[in-house]
Amino acid sequence: MYERGDRVVSEAVHAYTVRLELVDEPGELLRTLEPIAENGGNLLSIFHERGNLTPRGHIPVEVDVEATPERFDDIVAALRDAGVNVVRAGEERYSEEVTVVLTGHLVDTDLSDTLQRVQQCGQASVADVSLSAPKGTGDVSSARLRLVAEQGGAEAALGAIREVATEKDLRVIEPLPGGEA
Amino acid sequence: MKLAIVGAGVVGASTLELAGKYGHEVVAIADSGSAAVDPDGLDPAPVLARKNDEGTVGEAAPDAALDADYDVLVEATPTTLGDAEPGFSHVRHALERDRHVVLANKGPVAERYGDLRALERDSAGEVLFEATVGGAIPALSTIRDVGADHVTAVRGVLNGTANFVLSRMAAEGLDYEHVLAEAQDLGVAEADPSFDVQGTDAALKCVILANVLYDDEYTLADADVSGIEDLPGSALELAAEDGRTVRLIGEVADGEVRVGPRLVPEHGTLAVTGTRNIVQLDTEHAGRLNVSGRGAGGPETASAVLADVGRLSRR
Repeated sequence: MYERGDRVVSEAVHAYTVRLELVDEPGELLRTLEPIAENGGNLLSIFHERGNLTPRGHIPVEVDVEATPERFDDIVAALRDAGVNVVRAGEERYSEEVTVVLTGHLVDTDLSDTLQRVQQCGQASVADVSLSAPKGTGDVSSARLRLVAEQGGAEAALGAIREVATEKDLRVIEPLPGGEA
Repeated sequence: MKLAIVGAGVVGASTLELAGKYGHEVVAIADSGSAAVDPDGLDPAPVLARKNDEGTVGEAAPDAALDADYDVLVEATPTTLGDAEPGFSHVRHALERDRHVVLANKGPVAERYGDLRALERDSAGEVLFEATVGGAIPALSTIRDVGADHVTAVRGVLNGTANFVLSRMAAEGLDYEHVLAEAQDLGVAEADPSFDVQGTDAALKCVILANVLYDDEYTLADADVSGIEDLPGSALELAAEDGRTVRLIGEVADGEVRVGPRLVPEHGTLAVTGTRNIVQLDTEHAGRLNVSGRGAGGPETASAVLADVGRLSRR
């Protein structure tokens, strides 16, 4: 977390899937994975389809990486610098994204605990948080939360938010499903 | 059609004033303490002048309007919750005399829909209530035309006062108290704005929509309601940073009725500004329909009342 004026912004970790095309040579896979660790990415899984070949005769490899959005950009750049063919990058495993605004005594009621409780529902991650407390943290403040979730997870996360909000007497301003057009 | 109007507030008075322009005549009007009755049709100007000067509409007792010889009773007394009285008794009286009823009062439709429909079944009269949802906006008649079975969800901005407060807060960066005081000065908000800012008024309209959509007996108690009272400006500011804004949205979908502040795209269809209302229908075969316009006001609401009278006259 870093502070910017009266705002606190946290950059949370996202999960990304990267599809790489490797030349069928010894050591190629290891060479590919190095830039990920070097740039602060956390390797979640590797799917190495050795029996399959791409139309160009390369071996497709699917890598799941956890990183902040900024670090992920560095990872992709480093992979490309290293001559690795990155076929598809940046497509998140998360298929749902939902933004809510919370208002009330957010700081006095322990905002980190509120965020943790949302994460603990296991269905969604808090991707980023912006806090606005123009009258100081002892007064009523507002926070905008962006949550990312897998299919169906957003509703569960909203449920968790509603529950915490009721308990801590916070107001939840939810998005309007279906009303976006 | 011959009309008797009960309730001489802004809607009742405007209906009296405009009825002639729509080809109808008003034979009686009552406020809480008096009535004016003329079987040959009332001249609106002296009645309205008297209401303005003396606070009464005529010499007769209020019940005289209910007993007058009319085709349609226009019920425009203030909305009351619970037993929806005295509006409900006025409706009963008219239906028992086999007369039609047009409601501008939300109480009987929102709180006693089952009782209302039962009375209507035993009567030769019919009950219409277009004016109860969204003022001038033809929300209920659009649902009737599309067919309630073909409407899968309804959502919208149904309270002009709350919408005025939210849109001013967002546009000017002012806080809730400041904007509310301004709205009261402008006559947009009442001295006691709780009915509007706590979401009750929008919820009653959603309950009415649910009753029409599902042909069921929803009441205010079935709605999940939260308002916009004391909403901090910082919430609107954070929403705006993300290209969104906050509106008090009523929703009727999947058998649920909800009213509360929601995030909507800042320049989206539902982010109407000022006192404007909007009703959005999701339909089975016709996609999405949006109807917006003035959700309150004397002549606007009277036009919805007179549209109902027109429908009855064509039957």
